[in-house]
Amino acid sequence: MACFLVPVAESVVIKAVEKAEEKHEQLAESSKTGSFTIPLSRKLKWLTHMLWGGAVLLAFEHVWHGEVVPWFPFLTAMSDPADTAEMLYEMSTVGVTMALLITVVWIGMCLASDAIAKRPVKEESKAAAVGGK
Amino acid sequence: MTLLITVFAAIIATVKWYNRKDDSMKLGILLWMYWGASIMWLVDAIFEYAELQAEYFTPALEDMINDSFLGLSVVALGLVIWVVRLLITDPKGSVRAALKRQSAQ
Repeated sequence: MACFLVPVAESVVIKAVEKAEEKHEQLAESSKTGSFTIPLSRKLKWLTHMLWGGAVLLAFEHVWHGEVVPWFPFLTAMSDPADTAEMLYEMSTVGVTMALLITVVWIGMCLASDAIAKRPVKEESKAAAVGGK
Repeated sequence: MTLLITVFAAIIATVKWYNRKDDSMKLGILLWMYWGASIMWLVDAIFEYAELQAEYFTPALEDMINDSFLGLSVVALGLVIWVVRLLITDPKGSVRAALKRQSAQ
């Protein structure tokens, strides 16, 4: 009914955090060491892209099913108190689970990307690729 | 069907992104969008399965056709958002070059 609104709310909060982190990283750039690490602001960008991108496509599905309309109050469930209660229940269950699962997947991605970034470059694989031609 | 179509779109976008020669096509935005939507629809499917049980896997033909159209429309919308963003950000400078050429004529 309006489950996509929960990820939208999360993406707004994360976007604000990302912008603050970006500023903080720009200030700290002068004291940077030579080692390669993925900045937190870049990782947060992945999360916001996943949240808003998914929410936009999900909102389209709600338009398709007639649950979101282009006139006030925009959500058809808002016109009836029983439907509104059902919508809020769906937001607190399905919507929150969506936002949580995306965040869990993102945490996994951050851990994996850190591990990949730390991995040494394999010289022998490069040589094998050239020799294998 | 919507979930399945979106997952396939996400996988294709990811493979294309992995094989990219440079970042000028900005494929990243496309795969984030499709993966985000796939995860959201997966949650939707889990809740629906909890409600319908085995009936979830035997949808009516009409529902399947409608869901397939929705899935394809979602993929098309994602592509439209990506193309519009690509043209606006113009990372290769192609739009700018074309506009300059037109105004010089």
